[in-house]
Amino acid sequence: MCLAIPAKIVELLPGEESRALVEVAGVRRHIDTGLLQDERLQLGDWVLVHVGFAMSKISEEQALDQLQTLTMLGENEAVMQEVKGYGLSDHDRKAGP
Amino acid sequence: MKFVDEFRDAGVIHKAADEIRRLADLGRQYRFMEVCGGHTHAIYRFGLKDILPPNIDLVHGPGCPVCVLPMGRIDDGLSIAKGPNVIFTAFGDMMRVPGREGSPLEHKARGMDVRIVYSPSDALKLAQKNPDKHVLFFAIGFETTAPSTALTLMRAKALGVTNFSVFCNHVTIIPGIRAILDSPDMRIDAFIGPGHVSTVIGCRPYEWVARNEGKPIVVSGFEPVDVLQAVVMLLRQLKAGEAKVENQYKRVVPWEGNRAALKAMAEVFELRSYFEWRGMGFISQSALRIRDTYKDWDAEHRFAVPGVRVTDPKAAQCGEVLKGVLKPVQCKLFGKECTPERPVGALMVSSEGSCAAYYNYEHRKHETLTRIGAAV
Repeated sequence: MCLAIPAKIVELLPGEESRALVEVAGVRRHIDTGLLQDERLQLGDWVLVHVGFAMSKISEEQALDQLQTLTMLGENEAVMQEVKGYGLSDHDRKAGP
Repeated sequence: MKFVDEFRDAGVIHKAADEIRRLADLGRQYRFMEVCGGHTHAIYRFGLKDILPPNIDLVHGPGCPVCVLPMGRIDDGLSIAKGPNVIFTAFGDMMRVPGREGSPLEHKARGMDVRIVYSPSDALKLAQKNPDKHVLFFAIGFETTAPSTALTLMRAKALGVTNFSVFCNHVTIIPGIRAILDSPDMRIDAFIGPGHVSTVIGCRPYEWVARNEGKPIVVSGFEPVDVLQAVVMLLRQLKAGEAKVENQYKRVVPWEGNRAALKAMAEVFELRSYFEWRGMGFISQSALRIRDTYKDWDAEHRFAVPGVRVTDPKAAQCGEVLKGVLKPVQCKLFGKECTPERPVGALMVSSEGSCAAYYNYEHRKHETLTRIGAAV
């Protein structure tokens, strides 16, 4: 339930809603960064994402550790299913590579 | 220790295990409660019980929001969605959880518009895309998830999206811990504090556990090394006769928590005077309701909610398992009437529930061993 997914910020989207494009294992999705508004997020930063919202800023090393933990926990599929599910439809995917 | 050698940090694991054996007093029994369902899942998955000496018991706490949700709330949420033009949305975890007349998924099979969302903001987006429908979001979770629901409601209000509402079932972790400590048959020596809940609330809210109750508490991460280190830290405190809050998960959890998240929660939610926790009964000030300033987005305000109450069968001993009085396998129904496929009690409902975790890993392992034994 409290799955936290490490994701890398690849694009910051200015505007009223605080949103960023992140990448998890090659999949790009928009997430909400409103809960980290005090953190001054930058391109290339890593964050822990829970239900589509960035919860905390972490280091790259911690992010890779966390990915390894999720793999060991057998949660990879659940993680990718959740990440792919963000944004409801695939129109977000156009923003990807 | 069959899993240990697969870890990249097997050396560190062995070191922690040695330290635990050195610190644990052979003359006493230790009961440590991990509060969070994520820890329960990790403990079974990694076989950490096999690493610990037999006089250290890990007791699985109430930190699985799906498990502690009373069945009546599922019925209440689904009853709203029976109205015309309503889309019922919830996280995937909720979809197979049974109400009296079946799970959300079974209602979908009977024609209800039920959709999985992976984020509350997607439920809001769905409402914007379907202006002729009402989108109901069945919100569930501890403080890890509540800020996301709060921010989504703030967005709905700011954008003036009126065909969207939240059926709020968010609960707060501290009253759950308090209820366990207040129970007369409580037998917990110390706590492993939740990791991701603490990214939001920080470590300060646990101080009373140490100060007033004299129980050590260590906020921990989810890797095998994290959990074992937390056990080491708890044993060190007990050995020194101390009780304090320590943060093993500093790399993710700031002592003060996430201020923006707490602010969003305070803006949108207030405490309910009481709320029922499945397996534990009514706990005062243990859940969140939507403030009047957001009542137009509160499903309990906008719709007639029947307020269904379903009592668990008396034979199910979920409360005793939660308090560490019984192990899952000691409950009369475990593995017989009550299985993950057909859960009777709260703790069998979600894979993070202690009975389901025990069933999926330990029970099946023992059954296999017994079969092998019988064959030999």
